[in-house]
Amino acid sequence: MALLEIRRLTHFFGGLRAVADFNLRLEGGELLGLIGPNGAGKTTVFNLVCGFYKPTEGDIFFLDKDIAGLRPHAVTAMGIARTFQNIRLWNTLSVFDNLCIAQHFRLGYGLGDVVLRTGRFVTRERHVRRTAEELLEIMGLRHYAQERPGNLPYGMQRRLEIARALATQPKLLLLDEPAAGMNPGEIDQLVETIRWIRESFTLTIWLIEHHMRVVMSVCERVQVLDFGQTIADGPPEAIKQDPRVIQAYLGSEELSHA
Amino acid sequence: MRRHRGLWLYAAFSLAILWVCGHEMLTAYAQLVLMFIGINIILSSSLNLINGYMGEFSCGHAGFMAVGAYVSSILNVWLFTSHKVFGPPVLSPSSAVYLFPLTLLAGACAAALAGLLVAFPSFRTRGDYLAIITLAVNYIVKSSVENIQAIGGARGFMGMRKVIEEMEAVWRIPWIMLWILVFTGLTVWVLHRFVSSSYGKGIVAIRDDEIAAEIMGVDTRRMKLAAFMLSSGMAGLAGGLFAHILGYINPGTFTIMKSTEVMVMVYLGGMGSLSGSVLSAVLFTLILEVLRPLQVIKWVVIPLLLILLMLWRPEGIMGDRELTDVFPRLRRWFSADKGDVHGAP
Ligand SMILES: Nc1ncnc2c1ncn2[C@@H]1O[C@H](COP(=O)(O)OP(=O)(O)OP(=O)(O)O)[C@@H](O)[C@H]1O
Ligand SMILES: [Mg+2]
Repeated sequence: MALLEIRRLTHFFGGLRAVADFNLRLEGGELLGLIGPNGAGKTTVFNLVCGFYKPTEGDIFFLDKDIAGLRPHAVTAMGIARTFQNIRLWNTLSVFDNLCIAQHFRLGYGLGDVVLRTGRFVTRERHVRRTAEELLEIMGLRHYAQERPGNLPYGMQRRLEIARALATQPKLLLLDEPAAGMNPGEIDQLVETIRWIRESFTLTIWLIEHHMRVVMSVCERVQVLDFGQTIADGPPEAIKQDPRVIQAYLGSEELSHA
Repeated sequence: MRRHRGLWLYAAFSLAILWVCGHEMLTAYAQLVLMFIGINIILSSSLNLINGYMGEFSCGHAGFMAVGAYVSSILNVWLFTSHKVFGPPVLSPSSAVYLFPLTLLAGACAAALAGLLVAFPSFRTRGDYLAIITLAVNYIVKSSVENIQAIGGARGFMGMRKVIEEMEAVWRIPWIMLWILVFTGLTVWVLHRFVSSSYGKGIVAIRDDEIAAEIMGVDTRRMKLAAFMLSSGMAGLAGGLFAHILGYINPGTFTIMKSTEVMVMVYLGGMGSLSGSVLSAVLFTLILEVLRPLQVIKWVVIPLLLILLMLWRPEGIMGDRELTDVFPRLRRWFSADKGDVHGAP
């Protein structure tokens, strides 16, 4: 059984075809990259998978269940979590609370338990807090627990987004340009983190990235999107040499970063 | 005992007030002001849930207050007194003593249901557009009441005084003061627990970034339902209590003007600060009373104060902090009931 299977996924924004006939079969444990020039439709694919858009056409199966059209929180509950290209943390809440709220869908108690402070509330809430503390620890964010996310250095905010996604205990983690805006030192650290997360959480990771250094060093398979179309799919070395990919990137310097 | 220090403190305070009132040591006027303070605390802290914590702009709180006021008043008059439209009492009038809180809660439930009129649209729209919807709901409620002649229409509805008298005939204590104290405490307590739980903080996440909240697993629709129903239900509770203080209500009380008053309290206290809302409700009620001799000019002075506030301290008295953040020593008293669940990690 594939972890994620996407068939003939197509999405239109008005007359603009952002994603065209996108297919993917993702097995558990893979580390897949999605690249392509600006506006190729990469983020749109993620938005479709996580339920933010309902696809114009096509199917998305996660663990053999059709998830196209589910509301995003329900998709998250099934085990897909993501980070955002433009960091979207909850900025008036503490770093710690950011990690607690990401467990919202599996709090396991309701309004009545909150008001009456039932045993269930106390044990579940304690569990939520422990999970958040563990994540702070392993992601090196402990020091910032009570800070507001906006006060963190940029690289740390990106780490916090990853930590928040992990707090949902996903089976599939989508990272949308995790290295964007990072300096080389932070990028090296990120590459380490991504590798380490996959090992220790036994996760499947699907990532969009412009920094070829990241893509080439962590991905086992790369898909290339251009104008919504998949123009290449294969191991990173082969992708680098593919004339269609080079053509798509012509004029942009990005591939030369590799 | 230690765990619920704040609760015990409040219970002692309430008993003291009731004792003082029962022994006629407070003038009727002072008692009235105290009762209005309680009601304003309920109104402002419940509106803060929406306007402060959830970041929406609801300006129809008085509409929900009206629903609670009318439903509980009608229930009480119908059940416990003889009325020219509703006929003789359905239940024995003395049973009002223990059924009174239930009719109040019934009013609150009706108001919570009316809250759905805002909650459902909030799934699709927010900000200015939702604000206009809240305004519309306020008008709908007021106009509906005005047009139902059986409950007095624009002339208003009365007879609740008799219910209180029946209760006092059974046991001579200041009943309405008692229930205002109980429900004010309860409201603040429930809201405090709600907003300090991971569950309730989901609505703050909606305020900060609704899309991220939904995508990271917060069922935003359910949280909006919970927040709007809780908030409007509490407004209904305040309405029910309010109706029984004077024993007379009319739709003219529950206009946009009243909603604005509540909003002023929320902004004065600080959005997203529960203790701010409590403080500002006390302060605002007192200011209103002090300025009473000014009569109509009052409504020039108060908005002027609001303008000054917005210019010099737009975040209100407390901003989004709580009293316990400003005076950490207070934690000994009030955060004890948070148990070990909510201390800093
Ligand atoms: N909500 C939207 N409404 C209309 N058009 C959109 C919307 N979101 C994206 N698009 C368009 O769809 C196309 C694909 O956008 P998308 O954000 O998926 O690209 P991308 O591959 O992630 O690019 P980048 O590398 O710049 O992040 C673009 O032409 C974009 O302008
Ligand atoms: Mg993108």
